[in-house]
Amino acid sequence: MEELERMTMKASAIVRDEREMIASILAGQTQLFHELVRPYERSVFAMAMSFLRNQADAEDAAQEAFLKAYRNLAVFRGEAKFGTWLISITLNEARSRIRARNAAPMISIDEEPDEPGQFSPAMLRDWREIPSEALERQEVRHFLQEAIAALPEKYRTVFLLRDVDDLSTNEVAETLNISVASTKVRLHRARRMLQKSIAPGLKQLNPKRRWFQWS
Amino acid sequence: MVIECKHVWTHISGYLDGALDPGVLALVQQHLEHCEICSAILDSTRNILILTADDRVFELPLGFSQRLHARLDEEILGMTTAGSSGS
Repeated sequence: MEELERMTMKASAIVRDEREMIASILAGQTQLFHELVRPYERSVFAMAMSFLRNQADAEDAAQEAFLKAYRNLAVFRGEAKFGTWLISITLNEARSRIRARNAAPMISIDEEPDEPGQFSPAMLRDWREIPSEALERQEVRHFLQEAIAALPEKYRTVFLLRDVDDLSTNEVAETLNISVASTKVRLHRARRMLQKSIAPGLKQLNPKRRWFQWS
Repeated sequence: MVIECKHVWTHISGYLDGALDPGVLALVQQHLEHCEICSAILDSTRNILILTADDRVFELPLGFSQRLHARLDEEILGMTTAGSSGS
């Protein structure tokens, strides 16, 4: 409980600091915008990357999202966290680029409704031992990126915000304008889908281990 | 009361988030203590979360920040100049 209180206090402090910073920027201290957005660079890029699946396009979309945030800062209502608003701008930017690109449908796992359903996860008995050092390998990083990018959008966005950006369930719900219950169900589905999709790929990357898959 | 593996799987996400009700949590923990399959699924899912949350997965391209802030500067300075000249 103390940990939760500390996190809540920290989040409140961030929101307060950001509000003050935004007020200063709007009052003319425009260079503060650099500091305001610095903590969000990776989140915005990751979200764009998960849609566009190409570094150059993702970088361009991310830049555009930051620029739009600057141009529209005066209309930011301040009710939500700045990051929440920024991510929604990024989502719109990425979606519009996908539409413009008229991309072929992504390879994705079948979408499922948000109701809780049967869960038959992939079983990878030895995978609990895959260490973070594996991420030194570019192909492992790329593989994980692709696995996330292949999730249907409604699961991918929840997963990125909750498990990659470390937002709370409530913040994710607020950012995506969905209920907390839907957020939890989508997160569960996303994690399950990732486990099922990642297992066979890592098996190829690491064939010496014993692998078990259960579906 | 005992719960089956398929019921434990529906609670894995909640378990990892520490969001289970105490009653359900006790049942899940009891199951995990003797079920190697479910504890392996739990560990592997936790492992996925650790790996995907690592900064290196969505690492920013080299020079990303510099390019971003240079572009922001163009915009900020451009708007400031436009604002000044327009007033």
